[in-house]
Order: sequence, then structure tokens, then C-alpha cells
Amino acid sequence: MKRAGFDKPGLPVLLLLPQLAIIGLFFYWPAAYAIQSSFFLEDPFGFGSTFVGFANYAGLMNSAQYIKVAGFTLIFTVAVTFLSLSIALLLAVKADKVIRGARTYRTLLMWVYAVAPPVAGFLGVMVFYQNNGPMTELLALFGYDFRLGVNYSDTAVAMVAVATWNQIPVNFIFLLSGLQSIPQSVKEAAMIDNRSGSRRFWDITFPLLAPTAFFLLVINITYSLFDTFGMIDALVKGEPGNNPMTLVYKVYVDGFRGNDLGGSSAQSVVLMILVLLLTVFQFRFLDRRIHYT
Amino acid sequence: MTVAADAQSISAPRSKVRRSVKWQAVADHAILILGSLLMILPVLAAFVTIGASDVEISRHGMQISDGSHLLENFEKAMFTQGGFTGSITGSTMLLNSFILGIGFAIGKIALGMIAAYAIVYFRLRFATFAFWMIFTTLLLPLEVRILPTYEVVHGMGLINTYTGLIVPLVASATATFFFRQFFLSVPEELVEAARIDGAGPVKFFIDILVPVSRTMIAAIFIIMFVYGWNQYLWPTLITTDEAMFTLVRGIKQIYQSIDGGSDIPEFGRSLALIFIAILPPVLVVVVFQSWFVKGLVESDK
Repeated sequence: MKRAGFDKPGLPVLLLLPQLAIIGLFFYWPAAYAIQSSFFLEDPFGFGSTFVGFANYAGLMNSAQYIKVAGFTLIFTVAVTFLSLSIALLLAVKADKVIRGARTYRTLLMWVYAVAPPVAGFLGVMVFYQNNGPMTELLALFGYDFRLGVNYSDTAVAMVAVATWNQIPVNFIFLLSGLQSIPQSVKEAAMIDNRSGSRRFWDITFPLLAPTAFFLLVINITYSLFDTFGMIDALVKGEPGNNPMTLVYKVYVDGFRGNDLGGSSAQSVVLMILVLLLTVFQFRFLDRRIHYT
Repeated sequence: MTVAADAQSISAPRSKVRRSVKWQAVADHAILILGSLLMILPVLAAFVTIGASDVEISRHGMQISDGSHLLENFEKAMFTQGGFTGSITGSTMLLNSFILGIGFAIGKIALGMIAAYAIVYFRLRFATFAFWMIFTTLLLPLEVRILPTYEVVHGMGLINTYTGLIVPLVASATATFFFRQFFLSVPEELVEAARIDGAGPVKFFIDILVPVSRTMIAAIFIIMFVYGWNQYLWPTLITTDEAMFTLVRGIKQIYQSIDGGSDIPEFGRSLALIFIAILPPVLVVVVFQSWFVKGLVESDK
């Protein structure tokens, strides 16, 4: 709010109305609907629904499949976040250092940001293709028979690889800009104090990057949880079967294939709570985040 | 650093120091080149294959083709009708992708700007309430509440319409948040001067605030265009009529055509479609790189 704001009572309401109407219709109503239907058991043939209390939630906790999906989602999220952040950090540090070709490297390392996850997934299908994908052939040289979409762990590896590839650019962009915003004076002081490049990095640069890295941690977790749907759908060719899937994919499979509105809504609510926790965690940390400059 | 270490580094022959610096630079470049290759190769491998025939691709996978089938594959991708009903061409999907990308970006920016304007520049009794109403939407992406949103949109009869495709995606406050941050950084003197000169809120918005926000609008447009263009889950649910498919939505049709059927899968056509789906957002990001990076980094702080 600006000090010297306008003092017309009607106008701001009018200005806010379209936004509020749209989020009311397409955000709050569906969210409330999800919470409500998570307590009901919908008749699959459309003959009304029965109130079942927390039975849908209890069903989730007792479902071995749901626990397995949750476990995979956790491993997937941790792997993608760790791999894409560390590769992007290495590349950003080097791109910040070199003088010749800096712009070219920057472009080459960031353009994949614009490649849609399902398109990345499709490229993954080609690269890991059963008979003649380049990666499949490379692994065959080492005597490994890679089976995308057939072998559970092979498919999981392909998912992590494609998601990491797709997620490196955004990490790279933020880390590079974080590095470039470190004041020259700090860098020079560090240079005088310590000639060892790695010591300088871990003692000075890394702590200064911490706020950026922390913000990216949340971005990566959100990406792994929600934005990978299309990529997974492409890699399993729309047929999850016994392949690994994430929690969001299961919401879709149960809701739209299994017609289980109650169970799918309960899963949605669990995800909502998860995101809220993540946000609280983020705000708590952001409050305490350290500013050196 | 100890004196001994200092003395050592000074006494080291200069040529040795320079050589080690040089090796370091070579290593840096090697890492960057490897990284760039990692990003480029999967896409490049797919693109150089487009020129091959379906038989060659299904036999040898990705390959460096002689380009003899390049035009044919692009022609098939753009103009041959495909899909289950046989009524969809690449050019229709391309058009739909542009409608989704541009419509989404414009919708986001228009709604976000005026809402942020109301929040930042007006004394409003329920401002805090509106603020929280709007910014809670940042927390829950559409994917989380996908089924109920589908039910609601279905109930409104908006399946297979551009409204149903675009408007529910607009129902989150990212752009509002970006513009709020930006407006807060606009100097206070601007609005004071405008008021002294007798400009009303509408005139101030159109004649001063919009021109001042030009770069910000461009940056957000690029981010939103790419985001809208790349949408997959929502279009998959909301468009069942093939005439409404976007390119990214149509990917499903591509991999289904690769997997099923006894005929030789249409690899060439699929790869050409992939090329068309990737090119526009990548071009936008690369050409407007500095705006895009600035918008992305500054708006998320």
C-alpha cells in the first residue's frame, strides 16, 4: 500500500472483482468441493453418495500401493532436487568464472527451460527406446539390459534423468544470477585472504548463495511433485501398469480412470496439506534467512 | 594465510602459476561444454533424425539422416490429418497452442495488473482480506485440485471451449504477485506528482503506470506464454475434441501412434511435431533472453 494512494471507494472493488471472481469459481469452489467429497463415497454408477467420514483417508493409509507411490515420490523428489541443483551449481560457478563465451554458454544452458515436460518425456522415450535408443545401446555395451516401461527401477531411473535434465536450466538461471549479485568487493577480499579456489567457494560463495539455494529447493520440490505429470505420462506411454508414478499421477489415475471421486479427493487434500506445510516451512526459513549484503 | 605460504607462492616461478591458471580455464570450459552438450544432444539427436524415413527410424532409432524425407515429414506433420477421428493436423494444433499461450499470458497480465493496482494504490477496507484471498492461490497448483476443478468446469458446460481451457489456468495469483512486487518498487513521487497535476486513478494507470511497467510486462508475458504453451494435464482433461488439441496435448496422440498398431509407427511425423512444439517457446526465451531472465529472477524474490 502506497502512502499517497487514491481515495475512491468504488473503483478498487471493481478492479479486484474479475480476479476474485475467477479464483472464487475455479479455485475456492473446487478446493472446497475436494474437501467435501473426500468425506463421501461416490457410487461408481452415479446413484448418489454416502457420507463415510474419514474412511477415504483411512483407505489411503492402509493401501500398500499408496504407500509405495508416496515412497517413490519422496525418492524421486529428493533425487531430482539434489541432482539438478548440484549440476546447475557446478555449471553456474563455471559460467560465472569464464570470460570468453560466457553469453553463449548461458544461452546453451538455459534454453531447455522452454521445453515442456511431456515433450522432454517423449525425447526420453526416444533416447531410452527399447531396441535402438542411444542410451539403451550405450548401456548394452556394458552388458546392462535397460527396459523402459517394463522394469520398475529402469523406468524410475529414466524419470529421474529426464526430470533432472528438464530442471537444470531454471536452477542454473537463478544460481548464476545469485553469483553475479555477489559484490565485487567481497570477491576481491576473499581473493586476498585465500588463494584456494575450493576454500573460497565453500567459505564465502556458498553461504552467500544460501538464500537462492533455499528458494530453489522449494521450486524444485514443487516441480518434482506437480509439474512432472506430463513427463511421467509420456515415459509410461499413458499406461502406468506396474511402473513407478508420483502422487499427482495417482490422483489422476484414481480420479479419471478409476472413477473414485472420494479417494482421489482425499489424495488431493493430502497434497494440499503437504503444500501448506512446505509453505509454512519456507516462510519460517525465509524469515531467518541470512543477509550479508 | 601464513607468511610461509605467502613466501612460497611468491617464490614460485611465474610461468608455473600461469600454466596452472591456464589448465584451470581449460577445465572450466570443458565442464561448460559438457554441460551444454548434455542439454543439446537429446534434442539435436531427435532433430537430425527428422530427415529419415519411418522404416529407417524404426530400424536404427535416432540417427543422422541424409534429409531426404525432411520435407515429407514436415508436410505430414503440418497438413496430413491424423488422430483417431482423422480430423487433426499440425497446423490446427499450432494455432491452438498459440491461442492458449497468448490468451493465457494476456489474461494473467490484465487481471494481475489491475488487481495489483487496486491492492497497492488504493485505501481499501478489506484490502488485507483480498490480499490473502488472492495469495493463498499461489500455494495450490491446479494439479492438486484437478478432479474437482474438472467437475466444476464440466458442470458449467465449458468442456472443449477456449474459455474452459484458458480461464481455470488463469485462476492463480502469480502475475498479481509479480506486479504487486513491482508496483511497490515504483517511486512514490510518481503518484504524488500525478495527483498534484490532477490525474485521476484511471489516467494515472494508463498514462503513467503502464508505460513504466513496460519491461516488466514483457518479461511476464514471456514467462506466461511459455507456461501456457507447455500446459499438458489441464488441456488433456478439458479438450476431448481433437480440433481443440494443442501441440503439447497432442504429444499423447504421438506416443500412442508409436506404441500401438501393426503398421510402422509414424516416427518422422512425430519428431517433426516435436520440433514444431519446441521451437516457438525456445525462440521466445532465447531471443528475449535478458528480459526473460530479469523477469524470472526479480519477480520471484
